[in-house]
Amino acid sequence: MNIVVCVKYVPDAQSDRTFNESDNTTDRVGVDGLLSELDEYAVEEALKLVEAGEGEVTVVTVGPDQAADALKKALQMGADKAVHVKDDAIHGSDAVATSLVLAEAIKKTGTPDLVITGMASTDGTMSVVPAMLAERLGLPQVTFASELSVDGSTVTIRRDGDAASETIVATLPALVSVTDQINEPRYPSFKGIMAAKKKPVEEWALADLGIDASQVGLDAAWTKVESFTKRPPREQGQIVTDDGDGGTKLAEFLAAQKFV
Amino acid sequence: MTPQSPLDPMDLAGIDDLLSDEEKAIRGTVRAFLDKRVEPFVADWFERGEIDDIRGLTKELGALGLLGMHLEGYGCAGMSAVDYGLACLELEATDSGVRSLVSVQGSLAMFAIHRWGTEEHRGRWLPSMATGEAIGCFGLTEPDHGSDPASMRTRARRVGDDWVLDGAKMWITNGSIADVAVVWANAGEEHGGIRGFVVPTDSPGFSAPEIKHKLSLRASVTSELVLDGVRLPGDAVFPEVRGLKGPLSCLSEARYGIVWGSLGAARSSLDTARRYSIEREQFGRPLAGFQLTQQKLADMALELVKGQLLALHLGRRKDAGTLRPEQVSLGKLNNIREAIDICRMSRTILGANGISLEYPIIRHMNNLESVLTYEGTVEMHTLVIGQAMTGQQAFR
Ligand SMILES: Cc1cc2nc3c(=O)[nH]c(=O)nc-3n(C[C@H](O)[C@H](O)[C@H](O)COP(=O)(O)OP(=O)(O)OC[C@H]3O[C@@H](n4cnc5c(N)ncnc54)[C@H](O)[C@@H]3O)c2cc1C
Repeated sequence: MNIVVCVKYVPDAQSDRTFNESDNTTDRVGVDGLLSELDEYAVEEALKLVEAGEGEVTVVTVGPDQAADALKKALQMGADKAVHVKDDAIHGSDAVATSLVLAEAIKKTGTPDLVITGMASTDGTMSVVPAMLAERLGLPQVTFASELSVDGSTVTIRRDGDAASETIVATLPALVSVTDQINEPRYPSFKGIMAAKKKPVEEWALADLGIDASQVGLDAAWTKVESFTKRPPREQGQIVTDDGDGGTKLAEFLAAQKFV
Repeated sequence: MTPQSPLDPMDLAGIDDLLSDEEKAIRGTVRAFLDKRVEPFVADWFERGEIDDIRGLTKELGALGLLGMHLEGYGCAGMSAVDYGLACLELEATDSGVRSLVSVQGSLAMFAIHRWGTEEHRGRWLPSMATGEAIGCFGLTEPDHGSDPASMRTRARRVGDDWVLDGAKMWITNGSIADVAVVWANAGEEHGGIRGFVVPTDSPGFSAPEIKHKLSLRASVTSELVLDGVRLPGDAVFPEVRGLKGPLSCLSEARYGIVWGSLGAARSSLDTARRYSIEREQFGRPLAGFQLTQQKLADMALELVKGQLLALHLGRRKDAGTLRPEQVSLGKLNNIREAIDICRMSRTILGANGISLEYPIIRHMNNLESVLTYEGTVEMHTLVIGQAMTGQQAFR
């Protein structure tokens, strides 16, 4: 079974994340970045499926030069090969354009049996790329899987909702997005780190995918960040002095915040 | 000019730039593993004097590739000496006990079998030790013979084609959980003096009671090995090596790991103290704002930087095949001594909180008391350096 996993390079949530002053896009260059944690679950799930049977895992990313780090991490975890789509014209692309680029890249890799994505990116957190991508590829979309199994020509997932858990079956090829409940992503082993150095990474530009620059980028975006403000510094908490009525004051506070 | 990014307070000298991307990746994966799997629990393990599911943990360390990582073949990862050092530093930044588990497994037990064992020893033990299925220990020290192992009393007798071991070893890391023990015993003049034996711990006559009441390395198993007429087949012995050269070659490996490891405990303590000093206010301002505190932080940072440069220098020499045992002594002596000073100084910055297990410092500080002593005491390494400088041997 051949699987394509879409992975994203995102700013490290541990460090300060900012927007570019000039065009209000997420700053991915001046900050430390990494493979989106939510995509690690997708990589892990793909590796498990292939390890239990046979086939190859290809990871695909659309992003700037540094996004190669996200691919490298996935290769170190055990993916077989990687595709990096980079082109200056892609800068500022929204989900619609990103899904277009991903779709064309995936088509160029061949016909995978399964496309797996994370449930959202940890920077944009929109969760719409999987659905758009499935639509563009003409694949059934089964999203937010917290369990996944493949049996012959079908994939079965469990989706946990607030009220119920659904079991959904789709025919392959299909696109599945997975949640952070589905598995425990592995750490790259030393052998994985060494082996990754020799794994192939293809670099494609828009022209290689037959996409016109006018279809992507900030100007083509359907959504736009108009402005941003820095998060205000955290305000100091309220200190209640206990003059014998501390309990009452605490209860009043909780009631005022509608906790009780 | 592009604005300079802020200086990393824990890498003032930019030593990271001396590492390759791959070396950083190795370090990163060890750190990520420890942050999730060990860091949240280790203070509790230390307090209780017991690592939860130590076999499971050992297998996870094996899956990552940490066990015998600098050895070639037999399922070992075949990494460089610098990679191994970086891993030791991260391990010990979490806890010296966990680093000791890895060091003894890889640098003492596995190294001994790899270097001195027969092809059969290697095939039988190394693959399962690399995955962590099998745990090893290394028995040299005895109740009455520590710094002077040449005087050991454990005896190996030839009985027919077999060997019979009698004696006791003391302070043996991993002893009670080990599947295999590398035991050094005196076989008598006619058989070459001190010889090494590969002893399956289920051999009749072998027992390994755990040593209790330690106030250091509490997240590590330390044991006595009792050898009461342990009968081993003739091929249980390391065929070639004779005399102290055998055990000392292994110790040199493990000491090299300590050159790096000790700095991990120091880094963790210094970083804890640095953060604390910024947050904690007295007399209306952060402790970090007082010159005396800054003096402490700066002094500690200097020693950490120097220690790291020395460790890296020795690591590059080891990878080049030019590292001498005396140079390992330089590294161990300097780095453990400075590391323990950094822990103690860091502790003062936390005041009373410094003695609490809520913070890692007192744990590191107590752990390093063992590290100061094992793998050659500070005194012994001083005398090694003294001999290298003067030609005079002062310890006999
Ligand atoms: C937690 C822990 C784990 C250990 N794990 C292992 C293990 O896995 N395997 C193993 O074989 N051993 C192990 N050891 C033992 C360790 O290697 C010895 O404790 C060490 O070699 C010192 O021996 P000793 O304790 O007998 O001290 P001694 O040799 O009695 O020394 C006591 C003091 O006298 C000093 N001294 C001795 N001789 C001289 C001299 N000639 N000149 C000046 N000063 C001198 C020493 O430096 C020291 O300060 C471990 C120890 C500890 C604490």
